[in-house]
Amino acid sequence: MGRFWSLLFLMVPVLGVLVFVFAASPDSRPFLNHWLPLNINEKGYVIDDLFMFILYLTGVIFIITGVLLFRFLWKYDAAHNSEPAKYVHGNHTLEILWSVLPAITLLFIAIYQMDAWAEHKMRRPLLEDGNLKPALAQVTARQFEWRIRYAGPDELIGTPDDVHIVNDLHVPVHEDVVLQVQSQDVLHSFFLPNLRIKQDLVPGMRQFSWFHANQTGIFDLVCAELCGWGHYKMRGRLVVESREDFDAWLVGVAAEQDRTQPKPAADGEDE
Amino acid sequence: MSDEAASEQADEHVDHGAHKLTLGGFIATYMFSRDHKIIGMQFLFSTLLWFLVGGLLALGIRWQLAWPWQNMPVLGNMLFSAEGGQISPEFYTTLFTMHATVMIFFVIIPILAGAFGNFLIPLMIGAEDMAFPTLNMLSYWFMWPAFVLIGSSFFQAPYGAGAGWTSYPPLSSVVTAAPGSESAQTLWLMGVTCVGVASMLGSVNYLTTIIQMRAPGMTMFRLPMTIWAMFITALLQAFALPVLTAAGFMQLMDRLLATGFFVPEGLVVNNATALSGGGQPLLWQHLFWFYSHPAVYVMILPAMGMVSDIISCFSRKPLFGYKPMVFSISGIAGLGFIVWGHHMFVSGMNPGLGMVFMTSTMLIALPSAVKVFNWMGTIWGGKVQFTTPMLFAVSFVSMFIIGGLSGIFMAATPVDIFIHDTYFIVAHFHYVLFSGTAMAVFGAIYFWFPKMFGRMMNERWGKVHFFLTFVFLNGTFYLMHVLGTVGFPRRLADPYHYETFKHLQPMNQFITICAIGMVTTQIIFATNFLYSIFRGQKVGRNPWRANGLEWMAPSPPGHGNFDFQPIVYRGPYEYGSPEVDEDYYPQIKPPPEDAADAGSAEHD
Repeated sequence: MGRFWSLLFLMVPVLGVLVFVFAASPDSRPFLNHWLPLNINEKGYVIDDLFMFILYLTGVIFIITGVLLFRFLWKYDAAHNSEPAKYVHGNHTLEILWSVLPAITLLFIAIYQMDAWAEHKMRRPLLEDGNLKPALAQVTARQFEWRIRYAGPDELIGTPDDVHIVNDLHVPVHEDVVLQVQSQDVLHSFFLPNLRIKQDLVPGMRQFSWFHANQTGIFDLVCAELCGWGHYKMRGRLVVESREDFDAWLVGVAAEQDRTQPKPAADGEDE
Repeated sequence: MSDEAASEQADEHVDHGAHKLTLGGFIATYMFSRDHKIIGMQFLFSTLLWFLVGGLLALGIRWQLAWPWQNMPVLGNMLFSAEGGQISPEFYTTLFTMHATVMIFFVIIPILAGAFGNFLIPLMIGAEDMAFPTLNMLSYWFMWPAFVLIGSSFFQAPYGAGAGWTSYPPLSSVVTAAPGSESAQTLWLMGVTCVGVASMLGSVNYLTTIIQMRAPGMTMFRLPMTIWAMFITALLQAFALPVLTAAGFMQLMDRLLATGFFVPEGLVVNNATALSGGGQPLLWQHLFWFYSHPAVYVMILPAMGMVSDIISCFSRKPLFGYKPMVFSISGIAGLGFIVWGHHMFVSGMNPGLGMVFMTSTMLIALPSAVKVFNWMGTIWGGKVQFTTPMLFAVSFVSMFIIGGLSGIFMAATPVDIFIHDTYFIVAHFHYVLFSGTAMAVFGAIYFWFPKMFGRMMNERWGKVHFFLTFVFLNGTFYLMHVLGTVGFPRRLADPYHYETFKHLQPMNQFITICAIGMVTTQIIFATNFLYSIFRGQKVGRNPWRANGLEWMAPSPPGHGNFDFQPIVYRGPYEYGSPEVDEDYYPQIKPPPEDAADAGSAEHD
């Protein structure tokens, strides 16, 4: 039976790697699409590259350790191994080697990725004059919807001429977009899978998210932090469109709003 | 131990031999026992029952993800008849909250520390009992308020606790945020606090026992890895748990007394203004993970220790790198206290802090890697016996490699932005906790069962159980990595109305079928376990030809454990020693007289 069990453990790296090779292969993607969703964020490629880098690295370690484990089980099966057990308590050189090598690799990964992290979470895009780029819109999460607010003609958010819309986030393509994201009640998470953006929203904190979309289309806005019973249906829509379409859309929404609603009070939340 | 306690113990010993089966005697012996072995069994039976509950809850989650909003056959009417067999979104949040709570607080932590820690520590160090037998009994009985509180929170009308096992405020601390589960959430918090007290009592006891009550000759570096792991685990519990207990009380006060530890200013939840303010929700996350990250190691280190013992025994070869193993466990424990922030990379915590936590998190992968290499070194050059415990132990190594490697993805902060709160992380911690710890626990049950009950579990059925569990668990958890790669989020009652995740339903159905298979397979285990207690093949003291002190005591050991005074001459892993003819060399066996000096100098 030792043979059978050794082979069973060999199946772990074999099938494990095959699953990922199949899921990632360009041939299976069009009809299965069981891989990283389409990325449309200029700053998102670095995340995908890092993911693939770690996948290859861990994949190699996975194969080596898995095959060695199989090899040892197979070779040293008591039923087939006539040699006496090796009476050894360890090996100093080996211990040093397999401590130092992973340590260097891990530290390398740690340092290598810091720049990408800073790009996503610390370096908010600047205007040409060097000031922080202001937010295009304010996204407020509440149980269980996304309330979105664009600046009106005065180009300031929080004034009576703001344009309000729910669950429908429009952004222009091919430019740096900054969003001010916040929560009104409990924790939510602002997750745009196709832009590789995720930011938990903490009530009481002002937070910012930024990206640079390079493709137009309609995508999902997902809440990724448990926010109550209706968490699953807290779905928004992200529309990436050309600057002209975006401007026209905003004017249209503002006109619609003027026609149907009394103006909200200055700086007033909707409550 | 004081003389008084010792003499009381001796009295009990006499009583046990003579007692007739009266109700009072039964209660004294099997319910309010202060014998560490009975307390260990109490933990074992309680946790195995909860394991069943947790598994059925998981099937509820899986059903909803495979066939959302459809009536669940069989279990639906058993578990949630009020819902008419269909899972409502409120009930779905309760399902995953309770699944995690039960599995973590009622199964994994107490089965490792409570059941195996209790049973094995005195036996493996050559002591007659724990240092504080009464405290030990209390550590079990403090679990019962927790069982009752959390159990009843599940049945509160209309909804149970649904804020996740992490209980993040404001959802958990502002009463209006989760309508319908007001009392349930409060009961849940009180229950978790009781679990903390129980673990605390246990850990103080383990530390004292291991430091003070080792048999003559049992130096710290002759302790089996299981005991080292239990020792470090107890340290982690003792230092981290007070933080969770304090945080639990703070959240209780936020709910009941309108304090504002975790409630920010001016909060409007569900159209009602919060009663208090001025707090910070992130504070809870820091306090919670300051405990719960070390708790992750509480849930894996004892398993690593037991696996080390089992692998060395069935490779018939000394454990490779005993001291590096001890130092790795200590390193994991030390680093374990400074990595909690990796649960909070996208939480809104200062991103600069994220870099610090990312570096420490990368480093903690190192001692884990060292341990894997050492287990493989132990198997290398041995004479491997494929017994059921060995199969489970080897599968622990094989699966832990997956769980460890997938951790690197999450530790990389930019990648974590995408995979945080997706099924990638669900895959990761199930590989560590189920495919790792639970498999090690199965192995440990098969391994120490003869010592607990004096009978063997059936090996053939044990292997069938292993094979089916191993296949189904990989079918269940491995594909979750792929789901996570697509970005499939956790905790959504119906993810399929998002365009991005619509096409993932068939894969979820496959996973659910495997999960049903995995839970069903456990019937084999339960039958084997119960049957073998009464009808298993009787065995002597040392059926596996192992070295540890526990194998020198009678099976099962009586009160006071040993019928002789154990004296320890060497470490627990002297398999295949050239000094003796057999391939094992028990710790208590005096060295041959001519080699006495050389022997003790060499293997200290």
